[in-house]
Amino acid sequence: MAYEKPEFWEKYDNFIGGEWVPPVDGKYFEDISPVDNSVIAKVAQSNRKDVDLAVAAGWKAFESWGKISVAERSAVLNKVADIMEENLEKLAVAESWDNGKPIRETINADIPLAIDHFRYFASVIRSEAGSVADLDADTVSMEIHEPLGVVGQIIPWNFPLLMMAWKIAPAIAAGNGVVLKPAEQTPVSVMIWMDMVKDVIPAGVVNIVNGYGPEAGKPLATHPDIKKIGFTGETTTGRLIMQYASENIIPVTLELGGKSPNIFFESVMDEDDEFLDKAIEGLVLFAFNQGEVCTCPSRALIQESIYDAFMKRCLERIEKIKMGNPLEADTMMGAQASKDQYEKILHYIDIGKQEGAELLTGGEKYDNPAQPEGFYIKPTVFKGHNKMRIFQEEIFGPVLSVTTFKDEDEALEIANDTLYGLGAGVWSRDVHQVHKMSRGIQAGRVWVNCYHLYPSHASFGGYKKSGIGRETHMMMLNNYRHTKNVLQSFDKNALGFF
Amino acid sequence: MAYSRVSVTEKAKAVIDRLREEHGELIFHQSGGCCDGSAPMCFAKGDMLLGSRDIKIGEIHGCPYYMSEDQFEYAKHTHTTIDVTEGRGSSFSLEIPLGLRFIAISRLFTADEEADLEPIEYNE
Repeated sequence: MAYEKPEFWEKYDNFIGGEWVPPVDGKYFEDISPVDNSVIAKVAQSNRKDVDLAVAAGWKAFESWGKISVAERSAVLNKVADIMEENLEKLAVAESWDNGKPIRETINADIPLAIDHFRYFASVIRSEAGSVADLDADTVSMEIHEPLGVVGQIIPWNFPLLMMAWKIAPAIAAGNGVVLKPAEQTPVSVMIWMDMVKDVIPAGVVNIVNGYGPEAGKPLATHPDIKKIGFTGETTTGRLIMQYASENIIPVTLELGGKSPNIFFESVMDEDDEFLDKAIEGLVLFAFNQGEVCTCPSRALIQESIYDAFMKRCLERIEKIKMGNPLEADTMMGAQASKDQYEKILHYIDIGKQEGAELLTGGEKYDNPAQPEGFYIKPTVFKGHNKMRIFQEEIFGPVLSVTTFKDEDEALEIANDTLYGLGAGVWSRDVHQVHKMSRGIQAGRVWVNCYHLYPSHASFGGYKKSGIGRETHMMMLNNYRHTKNVLQSFDKNALGFF
Repeated sequence: MAYSRVSVTEKAKAVIDRLREEHGELIFHQSGGCCDGSAPMCFAKGDMLLGSRDIKIGEIHGCPYYMSEDQFEYAKHTHTTIDVTEGRGSSFSLEIPLGLRFIAISRLFTADEEADLEPIEYNE
């Protein structure tokens, strides 16, 4: 049985200062669902004027939000989490319609993780503290946290609600006001969330402005009254965000994707047991969220001694991936998020074929009888070598590039021969081997004998061109606040210089 | 005459003309990384600060086409054609409000082309 299409509003305005506010110039754009290529709602097509309103509303709210007790702020985040939990299915269905991902993922991963993220930041701000140092008998130094003010955040379309939570939860927990711009491919689920929680978040603390990057994103990133900009996306825009931030001398955090290696050593096949089964699933996780994950394990490195036997088992598992209507509970892979994304993936599949990579499965679009108008691609596996473009460029689709290695040193060399360093996976029964590999890989997150787990309190972020900053951990709070040093002297006597 | 590394379809040319009318001189920069990465981005000239390691691989319809040196290393054996499709990228690329998206279509150079390619230029 498929989940029913939710009743979307005909149009979604911006949410500014605790109210739904129509875009100043009255323009709206169409939000298209990749499930069936239909228009699901109209959404505010904002520009500089709307961004100005939102930033001003954020500052107004900040006057009190930045000063209320940590207990009160924490309670707000917990209430947000509770409302999301009560409405989990509603959020999950909206997310699947907006983005195209299968409902079993939104129900079991996206939304529960987003809920926990609010609870995590609600709890850590209750249990952390600044610091005090007795520098000498009469001098005390206090390091005190203070929020930045109003921050700008621009989020991607691959996990709209989860990325919203990753950005908003630490920012408001730290006491800031927020102006967030969702991606123009997936603006609606965040607005549905906003409507649910609008009565528990004080007016103006969270402001959502929708629109296109050049029209709304740029005025947000260059706004002289934002005190920090956070962005998840690709490298050219990442560079622009840093450049725009330099206009106002504000900090940035960036998460810009990767080309993550997933490394399988021969010991995984020492036994035909539950661990081997887990490792096989570990390889097939390239198909999670149709491959539209910054940490998609899109390069599988397999020790050559087990390549034939291991790949045979993996391909059998990949053949069992059930495609269909994303709103069916047993559908395992849904639609790519937009038409241009769908076409880009098909072009990369073509590049792989032209470069001479061996196509092991898939390699074409999927004609989905349940949704003939949507954007579906078969899980695809190529065998090739690491210098090929399909090994080096992020395809952001269900396309796995597989190669082999002889030993640990070669595995490390291939793993690190990439411009990026976001995620990596290491699979082995040898603890010495996993230690050597996990320390040798240049990436911000190395999964050992697991993949695609995103718990709060485990930091997430990139090495190399994958970005700057660490999310999903309390250390992110310091990217959303100042450190104030109060240096206090209890000595009554002058220094003696003058 | 040397072979070009990058070319453009008539459909994409028409979009470039439209954007040039509104924004003036344009440049392209090919992105990497997640989401809308690995795609051409179109900006008004001067909006994006180009670096000393950005390489101009050619011109399309009067617009210089850049990519970063490290990305070029992995793509230098392929020819790129810039086309346009209906779609909705999320980036600062100027065509997005039109409901269109520039896309890059690649093919391998032939041996003849490989032997006589247009030189690249560093942005220095």
